[in-house]
Amino acid sequence: MIVKQPAVAGTLESSDIQVSIFPNPGNGLDIQLQSIAKAQFGDSILETTRAVLAEFEITDAVVSLVDKGAFDWVIRSRLQAACCRATESKFNWKGED
Amino acid sequence: MATTKLKRTSLYASGATPINMIQAAFYNEDCIVYDMEDSVPLAEKDSARLLIYNTVRYHRPANKYVMIRVNGLYSEFIEEDLEAAVRARPDAIRIPKVEYKEEAVRICQRITEIEKEAGLEPGKIEVWCNIESYLGMINAYEIATADPRIEALALGAEDFTASMKSTRTKAGLEIFYARNAILTACRQAGIEAIDAVFSDINDPEGLKEDTTLTRNLGFDGKTCVHPRQIDIVNSFFTPSAKEIKYALRVLEAVEEGKRLKKGAVTLDGSMIDKPMELRARTTLAQAEAAGVAIGGNLK
Amino acid sequence: MINAVGREIPEKIGSYVVKPYAGPMETIEADAPVVSKRKPSKRAVGENKLLPDLKAAILATGLKDGMTISFHHSFREGDKIIGQVLTVIRELGIKGLRFAPSAVVNIKNPSIVSFVKDGTINRIQASGIRGELGDAVVNGEVELAEPVILRPHGSRPHAIETGDLTIDVAFIGASAADDFGNCTGQIGPNACGALGYSFIDATSADKVVVITDNLVPYPCVPMSISQMYVDYVVKVDEIGDPAKIGAGATRMTKNPRDLLIAQRCADIMAASRLFKDGYSFQTGAGAIPVACTNFLADYTEQAGIQSSFTLGGMTGAIVDMHNRGLLRTMLCSQSFDAVAARAIAEDPNVLEIDNSMYANMFNKSCVLDKLNFGILGALEVDVDFNINILTGSSGEMMGGIGGGPDVADGADISIVTLPIVRGRIPSVVDKVFTCCTPGSSVAVVVTEAGIALNPKHRSYQMLKEDLDAAGIKTVTIESLRDLAYSMTGVPKPIETTDKITCIVEYRDGTVIDVIRQIKRD
Repeated sequence: MIVKQPAVAGTLESSDIQVSIFPNPGNGLDIQLQSIAKAQFGDSILETTRAVLAEFEITDAVVSLVDKGAFDWVIRSRLQAACCRATESKFNWKGED
Repeated sequence: MATTKLKRTSLYASGATPINMIQAAFYNEDCIVYDMEDSVPLAEKDSARLLIYNTVRYHRPANKYVMIRVNGLYSEFIEEDLEAAVRARPDAIRIPKVEYKEEAVRICQRITEIEKEAGLEPGKIEVWCNIESYLGMINAYEIATADPRIEALALGAEDFTASMKSTRTKAGLEIFYARNAILTACRQAGIEAIDAVFSDINDPEGLKEDTTLTRNLGFDGKTCVHPRQIDIVNSFFTPSAKEIKYALRVLEAVEEGKRLKKGAVTLDGSMIDKPMELRARTTLAQAEAAGVAIGGNLK
Repeated sequence: MINAVGREIPEKIGSYVVKPYAGPMETIEADAPVVSKRKPSKRAVGENKLLPDLKAAILATGLKDGMTISFHHSFREGDKIIGQVLTVIRELGIKGLRFAPSAVVNIKNPSIVSFVKDGTINRIQASGIRGELGDAVVNGEVELAEPVILRPHGSRPHAIETGDLTIDVAFIGASAADDFGNCTGQIGPNACGALGYSFIDATSADKVVVITDNLVPYPCVPMSISQMYVDYVVKVDEIGDPAKIGAGATRMTKNPRDLLIAQRCADIMAASRLFKDGYSFQTGAGAIPVACTNFLADYTEQAGIQSSFTLGGMTGAIVDMHNRGLLRTMLCSQSFDAVAARAIAEDPNVLEIDNSMYANMFNKSCVLDKLNFGILGALEVDVDFNINILTGSSGEMMGGIGGGPDVADGADISIVTLPIVRGRIPSVVDKVFTCCTPGSSVAVVVTEAGIALNPKHRSYQMLKEDLDAAGIKTVTIESLRDLAYSMTGVPKPIETTDKITCIVEYRDGTVIDVIRQIKRD
C-alpha cells in the first residue's frame, strides 16, 4: 500500500510507543528507533515494525518510533493504527480469521 | 440465581491507555472491561480498537471474565467495533445505553453473523446490556430476554439519573426504584444483575454502605470505578466463614430430613423452609466460586 | 572461582584478594582487635577548634596525596558539603584520594565525576554510586586505580573496624554544631535527622572535621556526636538544600499498583504468627514501604496490639504510627523526611542510633538480630530469589546497596516488594545482573501479579502455614518470571567486557558479585 499522508499513532506515555509514518516514494524503508529499552528489545521492536509494514505491503516510508517501554502487542497495535491512517485504509479484520 | 462463574466486580480499562490496560489485569476484579466508548477520545477510536483487539485476542489476562465495551448503537463506530470485538474472542461484549428489545436483538444477530464469518463457535460470546435511561429500565425485562446471549443487565446510574432529571446522591434513593426494577427483570429472565458504581473513590465507608445495599437487594455484582474499590466490593459478595457454616448446617439438615423421609425439617428449633434452603445453596455457590474453602461433604 | 550464589569471580582483582561469598552459615569471624586511627590528642590551652574556612581545616588535618576521606550521605541529593570540600582539595592540588562516603548520591554542580577525571579522587568505596558517577564507572568512562568497592550499610563499619577501610580525614556535615564540635543533624534550617552513618567515622578516623552552617552557643544540644572525637569545626554559608534533603512528610502514593503491592505486603505481615504484641518491623522509604506502613498501622490498631520497635530509615508515616500509640520505639539511623528528622529531638522514644548498632553483624549483636519483618525494595529478583538493587536493565547504576542485604539476613521474615514489570523491563528474571542479596535470605516476593514464597528460606514452613490459614494465595517464583516474560519478551542479555569496575561485598565482607564494564555501542 502507498503511504498517502503523514500519520501518527500512540503517545509518549509510559508503556506506549509513538509511531510516525511519512511518505518516502521510491526510497524504500527508513526506520528510526528511539527506545528506553533499546539495549534489550531494540532488535525485537525493529522486527515487529518490519513485519507489520510487510503485512500492509508498505515498501516506501520513513518510520519514526519513540518507544517508552511498550510491550510487543502494543507496538503492533500502534503500527497498525499508524499504517491505516497513513494509507487511508481500514484495518482488515478478516485477515486473521 | 447463583452462578459459579463470579461476576462480583467489573473494572473498566480505557482502550486509550496501554498502561491502564496492562495494570488492570493484576487487580482482583472478576471482570475486566476494555473500553472503546466513553474513555476513548473520538480521534483515537481506531487505535483503541486495535489495541483492545490485540490485547484480548493474543494477551488476555488469565482467570478473568474479559469484556469489551463497544461504542453506542447509533454511533459511526459500532459496526467496526463489533467486527473487532467479536474476533478478539472475549467472554462478553458490553453494549452501552440499551433502551429497546430490538436494539439488543439487532446487536446479537450481528454478533452471530460475524462469528460465522470468522469461523467461531456461534453463540459463545455473551452480551451485557448497560441500562442507562428510564426507557431501558421500563423495557428491562424485554431486553433481558431478547436473546439467549444476554447474560447480564448493568445499571448505569449517572446517565439514568440524567434521563430522569434526578440528582445523583451518595445515599442513592433516586436510583432505588431502578435498582429494583432491573433486578426484578433479571431474576425473572434468569440472568445476572450488576449494580451501578459508587463514584467517590476516596470514601471507603460510603462504598461499604452502598455495597451493603447492593448485596442486600440481591445484585450479583457491581461495577467499580477504581482499583481500590475492588477488594471491598469483592468482600461483600464473598460469604463469611460463619455464613458458610450455617449454610452447610441448613443443607445437612435438609438431607437428613430427606433420608428420614421427614415432612418438616428444623434447625435450632426453627423450621427450614424452601427460601432458607435456596439461600443456603446461593451462599455455598458464591463461596465456591470465590475460592473459599468449604468444609463438609455438601457443596 | 564460583561463589555460593553462582557468580564467577577471580581469586584476585588487582591487589584485592577475594574472599568468595560462601553461604549464610559460612560467616568469617574476625579475631583481631578493632582497628581505629583515632589518636589520643590533647587540646592546647587557648587552641581554637573553630577554623575560619575549609581550606584552613583541610590544611590543619594534614591531608596528603593518596589518603582516605569520608562523608555521610544523610543530606541526600541536597548535600552541599561534599562538593565544597572536594573543590577546596582540588584547589590545594591534593591528588589520588580514596573517597569513602557512606554512599554517593547523585549530586551535581560540581559533579563527583569531575573530581575523578582530574585525579583528585582515584579510588571509591561506598554503599552505592548511583547516577552520573556510577554510570561513568560501569561504562569505563573514568579511570580508577582499583575497582569501586560497594558494601551494605552494616558492612561499612565492619570494614572500618577490621582495617580494610581506614579513614584519614572524616568530614561530618551537621545542621547544628558548637565551636568545640558537639553537633547534631536534628535541628537547624538544614536538619537531616539522624547522623547514624557518622558515628563510626567520628570514632575511627585520624582527623575529624565538623562542618555546619548553623553555629550554636556551646554546648550544642542535642549532642549526637561528641566534641571528644572532633578535631576541627568549620562554619560555611550553606551545607545543603532543605528542599532536596526531604521537606515535609513523604506522601502516601495514589498509584493503585503500588497500593496493591503495599496492601499485599501488609496482609502477609498481619497473617503471620509473629504479628503479635511487641512485634518489630522495618519498612523504609519509597512509595510502597510508606503505604505499607500505613496499612500495617491499621492492622495493628485492629488487632489491639503495639509494635515494640522499628529501625533504620524513618519516614513521617512511621512517626504517625508512633503517635497513634501503635509503635513504642523508633530506632533511627537515618531520617528520610523532615517529620522523621524532627521527631528525634521531640520524643524520647525516638532514638538516634549508630548505623553499626543497626546493621553490623560483627557487633556483639545488632538490632537487626531482633527484627521480625523487613520490607525491601529491588530492581530485579531472580528465580533463586537473589536481589539486584544496584544495576538497571541496561547495566546503568540505579541504586545503592543500602541496608537491604543486612535487613534480609536479620529479619525473621524478609519481604521484597516490586512491580512485576517496569515499562517493558521484567523485574522477575532468570538471573539478576548484579547479585546484592543472596536469595537464601529472602522469604517472600510480593508483586501485583502474585506472592511467591522461597521454599529454601528458614521461615518457609511457618509462613506457608500462616498464609494458608489466612487464605492468602501464593504462586511460584518461576510462574512470576514466566508471566513477566510473557508480557515483555525475553530481554537480550547485557554484554560486558572482562574488566571489573565494581566489587560487591556482602555484609560479612565476602564478595557476592562483581560488576564488569558494560559494552556500549
